[in-house]
Amino acid sequence: MESTAQKTLGDDSHLRVVPPTVEELDTVTVRFCGDSGDGMQLTGTEFTKSTAILGNDLATFPDYPAEIRAPAGTLPGVSGFQIQFSSHDIYTPGDAPDVLVAMNPAALKTNLPDLLPGGILVVNTGAFNETNLQKAGYAKNPIDDEQLQAKYRLFKVDITKLTELSLEGSGLGSKEIARSKNMFALGMMCWMYGRPMDNIIDGLRQKFTKKPEIAEANVQVLKAGFNYGETTEAFSHKYEVKPARLAPGKYRNVTGNQAAALGFVTAAARSGVRLFLGSYPITPASDILHELSSYKNYGVMTFQAEDEIAGIASAIGASFGGSLALTTSSGPGVALKTEAMGLALMLELPLVICNVQRGGPSTGLPTKTEQADLLQAVYGRNGESPIPVLASSTPGDCFEAAYEAFRIAVKYMTPVLYLTDGYLANGSEPWLIPDPAKLPPITVKYRTDPEGFHAYQRDPKTLARPWVIPGTPGMEHRVGGLEKDSLTGNVSYDPQNHEKMIRTRAEKVARVADEIPPTQIFGEPSGDVLVLGWGGTYGALHQAVESLQKRGKKVSQVHLRWLNPLPKDLGEVIRRFQTVLVPELNLGQLSKILRSTYLVDCVTLNKIQGKPFKVAEIVAKVNELLERPRA
Amino acid sequence: MSADLIPVSQKQALTKKDFQSDQDVRWCPGCGDYAILAQVQKLMPELGIPRHDIVFISGIGCSSRFPYYMNTYGMHSIHGRAPAFATGLKASRPELSVWVVTGDGDGLSIGGNHMIHTLRRNVDLKILLFNNRIYGLTKGQYSPTSELGKKTKSTPYGSVDAPFSPAQLALGAGSTFVARSVDVEPPHLLSTLRAAATHKGSAFVEIYQNCNVFNDGAYSYMTEKAVKADAQLVLEPGKPLVFGKAKDKAIRMNAKLQPEVFTLGKDGDLSQAIVHDPTNETLAWMLAHLAPPHFPTPIGVFRSVERPAYDALMNDQEKDVLAKKGKGDLQKLLNAGETWVVK
Ligand code: SF4
Repeated sequence: MESTAQKTLGDDSHLRVVPPTVEELDTVTVRFCGDSGDGMQLTGTEFTKSTAILGNDLATFPDYPAEIRAPAGTLPGVSGFQIQFSSHDIYTPGDAPDVLVAMNPAALKTNLPDLLPGGILVVNTGAFNETNLQKAGYAKNPIDDEQLQAKYRLFKVDITKLTELSLEGSGLGSKEIARSKNMFALGMMCWMYGRPMDNIIDGLRQKFTKKPEIAEANVQVLKAGFNYGETTEAFSHKYEVKPARLAPGKYRNVTGNQAAALGFVTAAARSGVRLFLGSYPITPASDILHELSSYKNYGVMTFQAEDEIAGIASAIGASFGGSLALTTSSGPGVALKTEAMGLALMLELPLVICNVQRGGPSTGLPTKTEQADLLQAVYGRNGESPIPVLASSTPGDCFEAAYEAFRIAVKYMTPVLYLTDGYLANGSEPWLIPDPAKLPPITVKYRTDPEGFHAYQRDPKTLARPWVIPGTPGMEHRVGGLEKDSLTGNVSYDPQNHEKMIRTRAEKVARVADEIPPTQIFGEPSGDVLVLGWGGTYGALHQAVESLQKRGKKVSQVHLRWLNPLPKDLGEVIRRFQTVLVPELNLGQLSKILRSTYLVDCVTLNKIQGKPFKVAEIVAKVNELLERPRA
Repeated sequence: MSADLIPVSQKQALTKKDFQSDQDVRWCPGCGDYAILAQVQKLMPELGIPRHDIVFISGIGCSSRFPYYMNTYGMHSIHGRAPAFATGLKASRPELSVWVVTGDGDGLSIGGNHMIHTLRRNVDLKILLFNNRIYGLTKGQYSPTSELGKKTKSTPYGSVDAPFSPAQLALGAGSTFVARSVDVEPPHLLSTLRAAATHKGSAFVEIYQNCNVFNDGAYSYMTEKAVKADAQLVLEPGKPLVFGKAKDKAIRMNAKLQPEVFTLGKDGDLSQAIVHDPTNETLAWMLAHLAPPHFPTPIGVFRSVERPAYDALMNDQEKDVLAKKGKGDLQKLLNAGETWVVK
């Protein structure tokens, strides 16, 4: 089963006589890994596109270093892309890969521990030279190791050499040739899992319209990789993963950041009001700025500000002027915005602050995921400064959450903090394209009647104040961050008025709970363990609970959309379970809120490694809880 | 509604009083801010812009109470950030007349970053920076324009912090309009504000303002009756740089390309004096560097040049894209990329 470049194209001893065995699989997890210069993200996204078109359910997890280009061949420079695809519903990119494609020794070293025993390991032997082995800290070539060969199904392919051979005479330089070897790996995987390549080829030609020779080289190498699988006997098996039975409708693949951007545009379109984004580049939120910047003909104005504070300040200025105002950032940037958020809640103007969370504190782990900004979101401002907080749970769900954030911001005249995270932002899944007409409306009504107008006169139901924008005759008024009179909005230092305003602002945010539908419980309404989560952990928690339920365990799941206020019935739901497990990618922030709100104990499960939960970790914890002796 | 659409009758109907809000003005008695407020309120009716199309935005500090006293739309925002709030408002509502009121601490210390970037972009904002060379609201600490050696509550042994010049900073940031005036020179202040108001793009006006409580007399070296004619150089476009009680002093460039003061009729004649031209970039730089003790303090418009305003460019770009691509179809956008149907 060995194949190296010594078997050149002239030597046909390895050419296929026996057709490969086709094996049907339910679910496969593939991880491509290599140097950050090896194009693993492109390889992964192209494979994903092709998988999406086949109708599999899928979830992806790109994992790349914070450095733009760490030194080539080193461990910190390794970039990876994992995709799980399946013939049934799946909710995560997979705990561990069944298939690992390692483009160099460093990639093998950092990723091999994750590969399942018996898994397929495809290694680019061409990159396993002395220098690269040394850079990865290997004393000996690991692929010659018998133990490794016994533990995994190892396929040694000199991808480097084969790529060179397929581009011989193309006239391309050695650098360009080296850069296309990722396409060989992609071609092999397309063959192995029967993925169509037409759309990949179209995509490459589109991507390199200005450099057709590069496009054609990539296409050629891609095909060479595919043919290598088809014509040589390097691989004895091909696999088939049947389309998933997803809900009927039209689908596309979206990342969380794309979906959020679409949600924001949809809010603008549905309300008929311009969207204004004031933002400053920051990982992993910048993609929302990029997406929205291209939507200029959709009533979207984007402003790349001089800093994070100007990002939110410009948005508040635009909100004062009547726009749907948005600012996007990640933890450290959100920290800089807190004073302005306080102003927005004093001014009682609609504003959405989107925090694509990453590993903290401080600069932390910019490209890794974490859920450690929840307390910052709920409490992180000076003074009594409540703001509604909601979170999205899957990449596709970012669309609805983004839309909902604006609906509430406008209806209650308040800033709203919307939390997503790096895992959702860059991860993708098939997305049932929604019909915007079916979303609840966002009704913007500027007050224009000066008769009896007071800037802080409130709607009796929502406690929202009127939105009056400059340009409206007869309603000139001033707003500001000083405490204001509860009716006129003029500056007031009156002690009773201050307490009244503090309580009113809190009550207004509390009333957002009226918008929250009854808590949906996945599973029985009562039982032994309730797995209670929020945000991007949804997939892992759901898959874990589903598998536990299949094994007859009395385990249910609740996943929160709203973190502030909490659903009205949540306390009662929690009390119906023996144990509440709150898994979070932080040291226990939601659990802190739940304990103080409901005076219930929750068991915490915390992971702070910049990585999402594995399904198995949740399952193990729940089993542990189920097995522990009852008091 | 833009200013041009206002019927003449309505333009004339407004008076200074119409721009006074119902709030009691609460600066210290004798504060220079009163005089500035009076001139701004006097200018407003002249502009022919209805009150509801005017917005004053401020940060934090004594000067930043300003919007409360103007019967227009207004926002008292957070410390140093007024230009950023104003940028968002002006970009999204270019038809509004948007004014920023700030001070030396607010606009140049905590808010220095927003100031330079706003000027660099040339956002069509009128920025009034009240420079009293002190932190008044926090009761007397030195500011970025306080002189070296200044003794304040936070510098009991004298400040070792070198100040900078707002006018130089604004020029350096590429502001298309840079001017300076003084609280106690009402006609000069009014005409400077008028020039700023009619400028398209960022108009930066530094106003020397006396804080009689914490930094009284900061500008007496150039405002006292006895000295002011010799200490002030009033810049007028097209006119030679002449000053002095007897109008006998002028400024020329010497052979080393350095400005020098000379006496008319004695060291030279009027033809040697530099003639002010606010479109002359080099001259603006030179003027912004003139300071006592060797030179009088220039007041007036240093630079006034034309450059497209950021907010206009932003809105033009939007129109261009609209013209090229047509109004975006949300359904199409949602259905973009590769899609597939599950039956
Ligand atoms: S402290 Fe100074 S600047 Fe402030 S109001 Fe009083 S006099 Fe004016």
